[in-house]
Amino acid sequence: MEDATVFAKAGSPACGDMITMYLKVEVVAPGEEVLSDVSFESYGCAANIAASSLLTEMVKGMRLKEAWNVSWRKLSDELGGLPEIKHHCSILAVGALKRAIRKYYDEVRKALPAWLPRELTADERQALEEEELIEKLYGRMKLQE
Amino acid sequence: MLNIRELIKAHGKPPREVYFDHENSGRPPREVVEAMMPYFNEVGYGHPSITNKPGWEACEVVYETAELLSKTINAEPSEINFTHSGTEANNLAVVGASLAKLRKAKLVDKPKVILSAIEHPSVLFPADRVLPNYGFKVIKLPVDEYGFVDPDVLSSVVDGRTVLVSVQAVNNEVGTVQRLGELVKSVKDVNPDALFHTDATAAYGRIPIDVKKLDVDLLSVSSHKILGPKGAGALFVREGVEVESLLHGALSSQRLWPGVENVPALAGFKKAIELAFDKFEENVGHMTALRDRLVNGIVNSIPHVLLNGPSGSSRAPDNVNLSFLYIEGEALTVELSLRGIYVSSGSACTSRVLEPSHVLLAIGRKHEEAHGSILFKVAATHSTEDVDYVLESLPISVARLRKISSSKPGDQP
Repeated sequence: MEDATVFAKAGSPACGDMITMYLKVEVVAPGEEVLSDVSFESYGCAANIAASSLLTEMVKGMRLKEAWNVSWRKLSDELGGLPEIKHHCSILAVGALKRAIRKYYDEVRKALPAWLPRELTADERQALEEEELIEKLYGRMKLQE
Repeated sequence: MLNIRELIKAHGKPPREVYFDHENSGRPPREVVEAMMPYFNEVGYGHPSITNKPGWEACEVVYETAELLSKTINAEPSEINFTHSGTEANNLAVVGASLAKLRKAKLVDKPKVILSAIEHPSVLFPADRVLPNYGFKVIKLPVDEYGFVDPDVLSSVVDGRTVLVSVQAVNNEVGTVQRLGELVKSVKDVNPDALFHTDATAAYGRIPIDVKKLDVDLLSVSSHKILGPKGAGALFVREGVEVESLLHGALSSQRLWPGVENVPALAGFKKAIELAFDKFEENVGHMTALRDRLVNGIVNSIPHVLLNGPSGSSRAPDNVNLSFLYIEGEALTVELSLRGIYVSSGSACTSRVLEPSHVLLAIGRKHEEAHGSILFKVAATHSTEDVDYVLESLPISVARLRKISSSKPGDQP
């Protein structure tokens, strides 16, 4: 997206999964920020692309607060149920969206709304853990070489 | 949950279909299927070890297939042991031969088995999971950037305690044709008693194999890898080499593999061997031309592509393995499937453990390079038009996925 208000990434090419979420945010009334447009880029498998794509469809037009509350479980259910080995695809998509929303308040508005937890949420932490897990794996393999 | 029937229905039948996934499952030509059909219920439907006419007819198929197979590798029919897959043949060799040797030479202290790091899982896993229980130390040799094992490195790890060495004749993923004769010599020069096994499933029917010249003790082949049916494999065991059976059951003409032989599969295997060897040179020439047309066509029309494995005559004539950077291989297999092009990937997403191909990592590919890999196996049954269809479609598919990819040239990994 050329005119995105904010964007954020989750994952890395080394893990074989990386999602970028682009948000265009419109302030329709004081304290009411709406996602007027959302798009994604995905480096990943078919499930990863599907999860990213469906998430953008689900949250388009939502208030940021509503979009924040879409869980990876909900996204996985909407996809018709992802197998366990593909859960991380849904976690990464939701993780990238949450990162982008947090970044919007952090960097554009420079203030967090009351509903946005100060601490990282489970979804965000899980996305981080996915990344760290792969980094560890990658590190382990490099050591073996 | 989306079920597989809905998935196939949604996929639909593409206007043109070309199958290049012979690595994972061979697609037998019609002649092979026709050769099998009578053996289900018209002739030879008996047990090959029982004394009745359908049994003798079945026995004839087993014997003739062993005879033909043995001729193509310069062995004796009695040295051929049928299994039901290449995986079984590899397990039998790695575990069965190592255990037999250990029992015979009880004095072997801290016995050792040596493998290359890029062996097929059906060699690596039994070695890793079974042999240590019997006190074996399993050593995995590194390979160079093209997948070659260095004979000097190999001989430096062989010693009096070495019971078995197993190195593929051709790597199934990246097509490396090992200098097998040199490798065998480098082992036998140090320890003439060490057994040498080679997994020739990716080599048989593509490169000439002569077990006497190579001086190997054990050699595995698989029917479906040469466009025969699934359900048949074989292990060549040199006369005098002892192998312990891993399965125990009722009588079978296969000393090392009990259970009734899959006679229709063996009849199909035999036909597949005939087709592969009747015009061996011609088939190999055709496959090599298709391989080079595919590689050159892709590399010349798509940027950011890496060839995995060696080129020229040290690469198997049927192997095309390329990494398409900035996209993920499993997504590309799905995208290509929708266009009727059936291939596989060494990406982590296609594996059960979410780790990319051990072969691609062993030849030094980075994770992100391995994730974008696609494996094509061309066959003698393919036409130039089949390859050209890939050359037409692939650039569109790759461009489509690169357009939506969050990984771009110049990104920091």
